Amino acid sequence: MSALTLARAQFALTVMVHYLYPVLTMGLGVVLVIVAGLRLRRPDEVYDRMLRFWTHIFGVVFAGGVATGVVMEFEFGTNWASYSRFVGDIFGAPLAAEALIAFFLESSFLSILLFGERRVSRRTHFVATVMVALGATLSAFWIVAANSWQQTPAGFQIVHGRAELTDFWAAVFNPSTPLRFLHAVLGSWVTAAVFVGAISAYYLLRGQHLEFARRSLRLALLFGLVAVAAEVGVGDAHTRQVARTQPEKFAAIEVLHRSQTGAPLAVVGQPLPSVLLPKLLSFMTYFDFNARVTGLDAFAPKDRPPVTATAMSFHAMLWLGLGLGAVLGMGVFFWWRGRLFVSRRYLRVLFYCLPIPFVVNEVGWVTAEVGRQPWSVYHLLRTEDAFSRTVPAAHVAVSLLMFVVIYIGLLGLTIHLVRKKVRQGPGGDAAQVPS
Amino acid sequence: MMLQLTWFVLVAVLVAGYAILDGFDLGVGILHFLVPRSEPERRVSLASIAPVWDGNEVWLLTAGGALFAAFPPIYATVFSGFYLALMLVLLALIVRAVSIEARNRGVSPAWRHFFDVSFASGSTLVALLLGVAMGNLMRGLPLDAQGEYAGTFWALLNPFSLFIGATTVAMFAMQGACWLAMKTEGELGKRAVTAALFAWAAYVALYLDATLWAPSQAHWLFLRARQSLAPWIPAALVVPCLVGLPIFLRRGRLRLAFICSSITIAGVVAILAIAACPIFVLCPDDVRRSLTAFNAASSPRTLMAMLIIVLVALPLVLGYTVFIYRVWRGKVRTEPEEY
Repeated sequence: MSALTLARAQFALTVMVHYLYPVLTMGLGVVLVIVAGLRLRRPDEVYDRMLRFWTHIFGVVFAGGVATGVVMEFEFGTNWASYSRFVGDIFGAPLAAEALIAFFLESSFLSILLFGERRVSRRTHFVATVMVALGATLSAFWIVAANSWQQTPAGFQIVHGRAELTDFWAAVFNPSTPLRFLHAVLGSWVTAAVFVGAISAYYLLRGQHLEFARRSLRLALLFGLVAVAAEVGVGDAHTRQVARTQPEKFAAIEVLHRSQTGAPLAVVGQPLPSVLLPKLLSFMTYFDFNARVTGLDAFAPKDRPPVTATAMSFHAMLWLGLGLGAVLGMGVFFWWRGRLFVSRRYLRVLFYCLPIPFVVNEVGWVTAEVGRQPWSVYHLLRTEDAFSRTVPAAHVAVSLLMFVVIYIGLLGLTIHLVRKKVRQGPGGDAAQVPS
Repeated sequence: MMLQLTWFVLVAVLVAGYAILDGFDLGVGILHFLVPRSEPERRVSLASIAPVWDGNEVWLLTAGGALFAAFPPIYATVFSGFYLALMLVLLALIVRAVSIEARNRGVSPAWRHFFDVSFASGSTLVALLLGVAMGNLMRGLPLDAQGEYAGTFWALLNPFSLFIGATTVAMFAMQGACWLAMKTEGELGKRAVTAALFAWAAYVALYLDATLWAPSQAHWLFLRARQSLAPWIPAALVVPCLVGLPIFLRRGRLRLAFICSSITIAGVVAILAIAACPIFVLCPDDVRRSLTAFNAASSPRTLMAMLIIVLVALPLVLGYTVFIYRVWRGKVRTEPEEY
């Protein structure tokens, strides 16, 4: 295998494993803020236990995010040196800003959440919780802004073979940053909601920690339903934005080979021949049944993204995401009918939904990043021209193997520690010791 | 001109901040089998860094990000040139982070021992490899016409750089021991003082040796240090701190000892940075290929935008970092505190 292929495999592996961690902590941070806020208003022992339990889980997952996150920042230099030279003038700034503005905030105040309950007042504790959630969200902003610049570059000019900044804010708020930021943040909120809901359902099914589980579940359902409803709107707007700003990615998503007016929507079976609803794609994209939609044939074959992976990952995200929305909606319905805590079948379904939001977020990113190919920076730098020329394939193979081994261990350990805490339950705090 | 030099200084400040802060928690890792001798002592030792180590590591991320933003060709050349070495650093950082988090969450002695070993070896490896990288930058790197690294992985493991690696391990051990001496009590605290004295002696010996070796291995730095007075200013700070450190340790002025150790680290980074300025990566075979703060900088617009971000954010960061350290001030408490 070539050094390029290995480097791409390594980046895909390291970024996909990494994202499993922050996607949960970003949303869980907001859950912690809500619980800490409720506790501040009406202090009681159940909120205490909720805050402790979910903070503990947050701490375990956050550590994995730190461990895998350092890798990401180094990899641009180690594996993508040509890319770093080409975009450094623009791309480095958001990464530095992320560390300076977001990571310091998050990691500094997390210590108060994890260890400091007895050292600070409830109010300070609440402020620290807000800071942690704010840090996580700001971190998402800067990293999505950097990635969005790769998708829809703006605020630059090409000088001496590199992209130079002409307008900082135009580069940061490039056409896809705002919607992609919201899309990613809401995705993490749904993830945290389903996660909290699933573990609460587990306790209800086992008849343990009932008051804790009921309150957590109600919070998760409300939070999740709001997030998923907003996500449907943002996702739709984002897809239409992609149609305007990256038409070949959009054509790959919708498997539209031929540019046409009144384009049909392929509903199932992408990328193979599938059920077509006439003119619907034109309408959904431009609110006009006869609008012209650009197909893949408008682009030279070497400039087209891989259709199968882009289309399949997009539709997996879409249907699984809508499915999660239905599960959360059903939960609120059962709650309204007063059957939420007694319907074992519903609780079981919710419990088994636990891994699904992680999959949804991952395949969403696959759509975004595979759909960006063959470009590293859209229409400016090809992926094959972006990697480190001086690093031999053997070295990348060694590091790839190393990451495979260490990440399997890391994921196993994280799952083990989370399961252990869940088994212990929110009541088992007394025996805990400082780590 | 000024903007590029300002960024050279800022990168050096971030490196120094990283070396001082992560320096002590790496040092605690290096000493994990030497200073704490029993299970309760290991817990106390770990508890002293648990609330702050990940914030300390953010200094490394910030330094890396600042290098990427302000000097992309240097970030690209050094990181791809040191490929395998940096992959090992990443491995060691992951192993270390995981060990700190996982160690106390298991009850079996085997579980704890496993993570004790990985924590100690990971910490030592990070210190050693960062020192080796520094040693190579001190010697200079072979660069090709495109400014890319033209050597091999094995060439990075030359005796001088390995020696600088060992010196760095001793330096972080000294910093970690001073931290433990300041944060712990009883037998553990006494042993930390002893360890700090040993680490201090080892560091002073290695540092003097490295300085004697420098004229042949890092000729350019040595020449520049002779031509100008500037590098002698931080050196004038380092010497009294290194002299005072063992005295403070013996007299129980442990906070002062830690401050001396921290100033020493900052001073050593400053000596190197001032002697090298504005050169980041010297190419000894062809000096014109060297990467400097001027020929490898980002555009003035980017440097200015980033400078504004730093001027707004860094005081805030320092402010709440001080707040957090104040929350954790005093000796480590060992009664259950964590959720």
